[in-house]
Formats: sequence, C-alpha cells, structure tokens
Amino acid sequence: MITLAHFQVLAAALFAVGMYGVLSRRSPVIILMAIELMLNAVNINLIGFAAFGDFPEAHRTFGQVLVVFVITIAAAELALAVAIILRLYRNKGSANVDDVNIMKW
Amino acid sequence: MITPSLILFYLAGALTLGGALGVVMGRNIVYAAISLIVSLLGVAGVFLLAFAEFLALVQILIYGGAIVIVIVFALMLTRLDEFQQLSEHKQWPLAALSALAFFGVLAAAIARTAVTTRDRAEVSFTALSESLFVDWAIPFEVVSLVLLVALIGAVVMVRRTGERS
Repeated sequence: MITLAHFQVLAAALFAVGMYGVLSRRSPVIILMAIELMLNAVNINLIGFAAFGDFPEAHRTFGQVLVVFVITIAAAELALAVAIILRLYRNKGSANVDDVNIMKW
Repeated sequence: MITPSLILFYLAGALTLGGALGVVMGRNIVYAAISLIVSLLGVAGVFLLAFAEFLALVQILIYGGAIVIVIVFALMLTRLDEFQQLSEHKQWPLAALSALAFFGVLAAAIARTAVTTRDRAEVSFTALSESLFVDWAIPFEVVSLVLLVALIGAVVMVRRTGERS
C-alpha cells in the first residue's frame, strides 16, 4: 500500500542528494543537474499531495498546475544558466566555479 | 502489506535515487548526464504511480528530451577534458554532513506532521486543463512570457559581439 509518507521520504532523499551535489561539486554543469534534481524532488512532493491529500478538488488540481509552472520555470532557468556557463567559458577559458570569484568580497 | 504498486514504487524510487547518486558521485561528466536521464525517468514513473499520467508524459518529453539535450550541448561547447576526471571540493565531508542533517530534519518533520490523507485518487485531465486555462490562465500566460524573455536573454548573452576581443 503506497502512502503519502513514501512520496515525502523519496522527495526528501532526492532533495538531500541534490543539495549534496550543489555543495560539493566544482563543475557548473553538474551543479545545474543537481539543481534540476532538487526541483524534481519538489515536484514529487506536489504530486504526492495532489494524489493523497484530503483537500477540496480545486486544491488538489492546483497541486498539478503548480508542477506545470515549476517545470516551465526550470526550463527558463536552465537556458539562462547554460548561457551564463558558455559566457564564462568564453571569457575565462574555463568553467570551474572556483575561478569565478570577481564578485567575492 | 506488499502490493504490486508498492513494488513498482520502490523500483521507480530506486531508479530515481540511484540516478541522482550517479549524478552527484560519478567521476565522468557524460555518465552523469546519462544518470540524470535515468533519474528523471524514475521520477516520471513515480508520477505515474500517483495517477498523474499527463505530467509523467510532460516529464519524459521536457526533462528526458529537451533539458538533458541542452545540458549535453553545454558539455560539448565547453572544454570536456577539464572535467574528464571530476573532483570534489575539499569540503565535501561538510557538504555530505549538511545534506544528511537536512534529510534528518525533513524526515523528522514528515514523521511528526499529521496530514489527513485518503486513498490515491487521480486528478482528472479535464479538471487539470480547466484549472490551468481558466482559473490560472493569467499566471500561465505570465509564465510563458517569462520563458520567452529568458530564452531571448540566453540568446543575447551568448551572441558573439564582434567589437570586443
């Protein structure tokens, strides 16, 4: 029997894995992938609540609508991030987040 | 009680988490991109188990197709050999510790919070489209505008400007 807790724990674990990736890797592309994993964790949570939550019909539907919005914003964010990585690579000759410290005070 | 759907859920969850671990732990960046596809397909399986079949399709099309392709393009356009052998930061134990601590906090919160649930029920396709295009039509248009602006911004950002260097 699947319960809501299964979805919540899976989402929490996926979010933690993504968080580890963001904090520990040096390649911006890997960091980008880890951010996508974290966004997917949020989506799993929303879908889980939409399927199992004892809410009015309109609220449960809104859970799925929110997932559509999250996916769209994730696509926009990804396009901008890839553009920034390419720009960085072209200007600095490398794409290592440790080299990007001009705004570090 | 072990039901077939529970077995399928564990299968999809293992695919999701295994792929995610492959992304953050792998040494080779191309394998990391392939692991990302595996993980995202696992997420689509989890969506199917929650009766969100439309979103599962969207997940496969947009994530499995478009987003991973864009990431692979980013890999091809930057120098690969620099990241052939990936390495972690020196502070990776700290990162692992904080991620584990965060998971612990989330798990404790999940265990302590009582949510009134009921049996799995699907959100009908009609209700979803009505909600998306009637109740939330304005946010939907705004979000599509955001996507358009972001894509134009991305093109402007990577365009070669002839004058400088």
